[in-house]
Amino acid sequence: MTTAFRTAKGGRIDRSQSIGFRFDGQNYWGNAGDTLASALLANGVHFVGRSFKYHRPRGIMTAGSEEPNALVQFGLGDRTEPNARATVVELHEGLVAASQNAWPTLGSDVGVVNSWASRLIPAGFYYKTFMWPRFGWKFYERAIRHAAGLGRAPEGKDPDHYDKMHAHCDVLVVGGGPAGLSAARAAAMTGARVIVMDEGPEFGGSLLSETAEIAGRPAMDWVAGVVDELAERSNVRLLTRTSAVGYYDHNFLVAVERVTDHLAAPPEHLPRQRLWKVRAKQVVLAQGAIERPLVFADNDRPGIMMAGAARSYLNRYGVKVGNRVVVATNNDSAYAAAADLHDAGVAVTIVDIRDEPTGGDLPLAAFGKGIDVLSGHAVIGSDGGRRVEAAYVAQISPSAKRIAGSIQRFECDAILMSGGWNPSVHLFSQSGGKLAYDRERTIFIPGETRQQARSTGAAAGDFSLVDALTDGLAAGLEAAADAGHRKRGGRPQAPAVAPVITVPLEPLWSVPGRDPRGRTNKHFVDFQNDVTAADVALAAREGYLSVEHLKRYTTTGMGTDQGKSSNVNALALMAAASGRDIPEVGTTTFRPPFVPVSFGALAGRNVDHLADPVRKTPMHRWHETAGAVFEDVGQWKRPFYYPQRGEGKQAAVNREVRAVRNSLGILDASTLGKIDIRGPDARKLLNWVYTNAWNKLEAGRCRYGLMCHEDGMVFDDGVTACLDENHFLMHTTTGNAASVLGWIEEWLQTEWPNLKVWCTSVTEQFATVTICGPNARRLLGELCGDIDLSSEAFPFMSVREGHVAGLRARVFRVSFTGELSYEINVSADCGLALWNACMMAGEKFGITPFGTEAMHVLRAEKGYIIVGQDTDGTVTPIDLGMGWAVSATKDFLGKRSLARAATAAPGRKELVGLMTETPTDVLPEGAQIVEKALESAPMPMLGHVTSSYYSPNLGHSIALALVRDGRNRIGETLEVPLPERTCRVRLTDPVFFDKEGARLDG
Amino acid sequence: MSVKRGAYSIWSLMRNALSYHENWQRAWRSPDPKPRYDVIIVGGGGHGLATAYYLAKEHGVRNIAVLEKGWLGGGNTGRNTTIIRSNYLQDASASLYEHSLKLWEGLSQELNFNVMFSQRGVMNLAHNEHDLRELSRRTRANWLNGIDSELLDTTGVKRFCPIINVSPESRYPVLGATVQRRGGTARHDAVAWGYARGADAMGVDIIQQCEVTGMRIEKGRITGVETTRGAIAAGKVAVVVAGHASVLAAMAGLRLPIESHPLQALVSEPIKPILDTVVMSSSVHVYVSQSDKGELVMGAGIDGYTSYAQRGSLPIIEEIMASTMELFPMFSRLKMMRKWGGIVDTSPDASPIISKMPVEGLYFNCGWGTGGFKATPGSGHVFAHTIARDRPHPLNQRHTFERFQSGELIEEHGAAAVAH
Amino acid sequence: MLLIECPWCGPRDEQEFGYGGEAHIARPAKSAALDDAAWADYLFHRTNPKGLHFERWWHARGCRRWFNVARDTVSHEILAVYRIGEARPDIADGDR
Repeated sequence: MTTAFRTAKGGRIDRSQSIGFRFDGQNYWGNAGDTLASALLANGVHFVGRSFKYHRPRGIMTAGSEEPNALVQFGLGDRTEPNARATVVELHEGLVAASQNAWPTLGSDVGVVNSWASRLIPAGFYYKTFMWPRFGWKFYERAIRHAAGLGRAPEGKDPDHYDKMHAHCDVLVVGGGPAGLSAARAAAMTGARVIVMDEGPEFGGSLLSETAEIAGRPAMDWVAGVVDELAERSNVRLLTRTSAVGYYDHNFLVAVERVTDHLAAPPEHLPRQRLWKVRAKQVVLAQGAIERPLVFADNDRPGIMMAGAARSYLNRYGVKVGNRVVVATNNDSAYAAAADLHDAGVAVTIVDIRDEPTGGDLPLAAFGKGIDVLSGHAVIGSDGGRRVEAAYVAQISPSAKRIAGSIQRFECDAILMSGGWNPSVHLFSQSGGKLAYDRERTIFIPGETRQQARSTGAAAGDFSLVDALTDGLAAGLEAAADAGHRKRGGRPQAPAVAPVITVPLEPLWSVPGRDPRGRTNKHFVDFQNDVTAADVALAAREGYLSVEHLKRYTTTGMGTDQGKSSNVNALALMAAASGRDIPEVGTTTFRPPFVPVSFGALAGRNVDHLADPVRKTPMHRWHETAGAVFEDVGQWKRPFYYPQRGEGKQAAVNREVRAVRNSLGILDASTLGKIDIRGPDARKLLNWVYTNAWNKLEAGRCRYGLMCHEDGMVFDDGVTACLDENHFLMHTTTGNAASVLGWIEEWLQTEWPNLKVWCTSVTEQFATVTICGPNARRLLGELCGDIDLSSEAFPFMSVREGHVAGLRARVFRVSFTGELSYEINVSADCGLALWNACMMAGEKFGITPFGTEAMHVLRAEKGYIIVGQDTDGTVTPIDLGMGWAVSATKDFLGKRSLARAATAAPGRKELVGLMTETPTDVLPEGAQIVEKALESAPMPMLGHVTSSYYSPNLGHSIALALVRDGRNRIGETLEVPLPERTCRVRLTDPVFFDKEGARLDG
Repeated sequence: MSVKRGAYSIWSLMRNALSYHENWQRAWRSPDPKPRYDVIIVGGGGHGLATAYYLAKEHGVRNIAVLEKGWLGGGNTGRNTTIIRSNYLQDASASLYEHSLKLWEGLSQELNFNVMFSQRGVMNLAHNEHDLRELSRRTRANWLNGIDSELLDTTGVKRFCPIINVSPESRYPVLGATVQRRGGTARHDAVAWGYARGADAMGVDIIQQCEVTGMRIEKGRITGVETTRGAIAAGKVAVVVAGHASVLAAMAGLRLPIESHPLQALVSEPIKPILDTVVMSSSVHVYVSQSDKGELVMGAGIDGYTSYAQRGSLPIIEEIMASTMELFPMFSRLKMMRKWGGIVDTSPDASPIISKMPVEGLYFNCGWGTGGFKATPGSGHVFAHTIARDRPHPLNQRHTFERFQSGELIEEHGAAAVAH
Repeated sequence: MLLIECPWCGPRDEQEFGYGGEAHIARPAKSAALDDAAWADYLFHRTNPKGLHFERWWHARGCRRWFNVARDTVSHEILAVYRIGEARPDIADGDR
């Protein structure tokens, strides 16, 4: 297939492999090795998008990841990606892409009305208007939002997956151009572990677009040799299509590898992208440089692009960006592009701002080829619609403030511009390194480094190939040495390269236009966000002088390219407008990521069922089979209730609650936190962490305790058993198991390192089956022969060891339901066996599995609290009416806080019971309690309902509540205002059922 | 002294368009510091500038300087995710944030500067029974405090925000939510600029690039500050510097119940509108909205360690994204465009200190943690009152420095939405 | 992303550690004897310096040991790591 702008030969594309693709509904042909941008240019397509604000036609401006204009909607359906840069999208068979930010079509876009109204909408116009009427903003904003945005998000779930890789190395080299490859090769020779990464699909960097020779042969031969050499080394990892995006503390770098986006049919097993997280001892930054646009009137038409990009399209992709081009420059580098295009048969005119652009090798070569050069001239404007048609050229006076001679019109189909090159200092800046301004060359270069990093080559402001190769080599050797690896034998030499003499550029930050005040035509600074030189001047005029104010007021540098090509121009224009020096205006802080990173890559594998670990008890499968509805408690899945056929939640819970009170229930309590505590000082520890006293607890007995943080507020509770004089088993709530252990360890290690006590989490080592109800003892008796279960031998709040259902077991006689109750701990792998044995033997008692909701009802009937539900981090043991569990004599964690003025004051919120006037009225949890409901808010609140259930045993709803001065108000009637009604409630003691505790013994 | 300056409106825009916008005046002056001020406000963020504005406007104090060490709004004002709401749990906080919300509702007109307060609603999600209970409690307290709030079930969530994933198969399924429809977002920079312009017009000296390096205290009374631009005498000094509160307190010989932590936020590339509200989830740790430019604006929990660097660590970002994928699987192919960090001053009860200090004439406003932006107008309003009258406004009488001694805390960790 | 040298396990990623705030705050031996202000100072008030900070970390997802770190809160540079009970190393703010 032939394409109009493809050269006859040359380039890195595979001419034998034609590839069909679709852009904006039109079919085109490209070649393997093309990007979407190069393939479109080969077909003569420059106009690919509309700008953000004014909807001006825009073309392809660069050949790299800094592209501000050519953003496309890439791919279809759930695999579509908005804002893909056409300049980095690799062409593959069947690729589909479309333009963005234009409606109904790119050609006839209604958004272009913004352009007509552009005089009304300068930078920051929205801060000054849309304020009337007061509620009008809602409507204006709707219109603004509708117009904003670029591409579209996919509608469905991403069908692809993403991986993460952790890597460590001695030397990480970012950038695989001449400097980076030199550095990597030198470092690798020392035996250091090296990773070298590059954004592109192949190594070579700027050499991919070069015609220069290295060691007398084409530069890419040298690249191929180095890459082969590195690939053979076991101490080197080569990564292409990998963009380093973040430089974090302590030499930690993040990179994104694009694994499958370039494939027509990606294999299922491959991730779409891989996030590399690299901890490097040393880093070599060799990311090259980014070309600066020139700021002249109408510098944004399709067909106007960077000179370096045009050279890249020609030499790398075999594409002529036009047939008649005008090259606008202020430096030598654009002459190389001009010469190469001239050699390819393109008619070229060079317009150089400098009066005497002689002395440099590149201009000399261009003169030698007979290329027209207009020195002391500038491109001061352009003409054209969807494609540039002409350049306006004029002589510029030495002061460069105005046009000196007549204006000539040059018909052309492309304008190439070069305002010099900015070293890519983004990662260096992210690393905390300070940037230095090089006044001579008008660039920011890496200054003092703060991490183990060095910049080299163009990234350090050394733009020549000789420098890249020699400095890169030195940087590689130094980095390896600093990482502890030295080259044995002779020092490697950089290959020979013909030196190129260059002469300095001449900055001209804003090229004057026909209108000396720059009023009529737009001089674009930030192309994506449509920020013009006039906008920068306006910001200066209004006092938005700091670089950060400039960015935020005008939005310059805030687009998807993050100002890669616009930043220095904007700074310079601000400096000029406010009469300051560029460094005085400041440098902006470069923030991660260097290029945009997909959310998917950052999330990696932590999605779907791997979003967070799921913890299941050994009996989980049984619960599933029994049809349990589960509740998330922390990471645990706990049976919430077990509905039988056709049963709703309330009916199931009522049935389960009744079964426990009437005969026998069974609960999986395996999730309760369990901490094994051993050592001669174990009691001392318990005395510190619990509010009550532990000196007298005998072996075989259990005790309930409350824990407070040092602020005196309850944060956990549970039963701890004394298994032996120096051996305890502590139970914590399910949700706090890890934090209680961590808290205890903290105190032990940091405050009481001399205590001889050791703590081990055994939560997952044991399965816990709780059987409770009047028939619990009978059931246990059938399963257990070696423990005397009589009340005298095995009283409430004690623990025994023996065998249950033939399994070694620890049996705790404790109760969270108020019933006779045994918690049986067996080794976790025996949990299901124990459960099944209980179910089988319990059948005659109608044994009923119950879930957490029934458990909550049962405990609420007894007034037992749940920490985190009946407490909220502001509740003391006294507030809970549990002063009996607070030792007056010993010190414990949190004790002093209980005596603080406000904490010890009367009238605090205290735990009470509530009975509604209507027995069936179940209050919503969280409902607020007032003295007397008022007609309307606000009304003073006295407290809130913490727990509320229907108690089938009492035939009445019950609730627990925290109420101001609650215990003194027991017997009073208060009100709970609800949206549709007000509910009257009587304050009661929190124990609703079996106040004397008779049922504990069965 | 007051400065006469043209008002902003569509008419002034049109008039200036005729002169190519070359006649706009400075939004605020750039004065040199005077030797003495009645009140020096340390910190040129939203809170400090609002304080100056209300001091000048409502209390007749005109000899005021705002000292900013960098550029206006360069701290947390310009670094937050701009969420505004008032659905706090405790009476003391709810009334303060509600006061603020009411001021937001008229702020663009008050300042003649469009702060783009957009009442698109703020939805807080519940993912388990505990969340449901907490949201129920908070909403019901809001009702009785006269603050708008609604409880939604899963269907209601889906209706309010159709792109959210409410599948019960999700790791932490959405069980319900609250929504405050009067909540929303605003343009953060505009708030600082609007207050600065308003305060400047009333004669307040706003002095940028002026860092306070010391405090002059004589016989238990503050007499002025040392700065990088020389010593400045003052009758009263009010410090409102977010992350740097402890540093300023140390200059006055005080220690605060404050730790400074990094809080990160990020934006995606701009995309066409898909999310028309603010979605917050404290149990899966993410909050997200879409800006008027089309960027998704997201934030998460704070980094665990203290820091004065305006940057954080990667794992927090990875966590936000994993959580986001749970709620919005369709976002996976969108791209993070920029991320940044701020320094938040966390207090033990997740409530601020707006208080007189043990040094006479010294006032602190700090400890807003992750949620100070929403309070900007209210905070400035009551702080101005506190400074002018030397006693708290009824709305901040509980927000004292001394409450950490008495134990009378204003516990708001649940409502603050970001885990501290 | 900090790289923290656990005195027991060697250098590990920040993600393995938990942060424990300011170091060298001893629990008052006779807490009951303190007035509310002194207790609040122990309980809540922190130096929170900008610059050199002596702080506690624990290797929560490793050996679970607590230890002390001297770290710059601006640059995040770690200047010393030392065990609990060891004296604060002799580093001044600005030593690098």
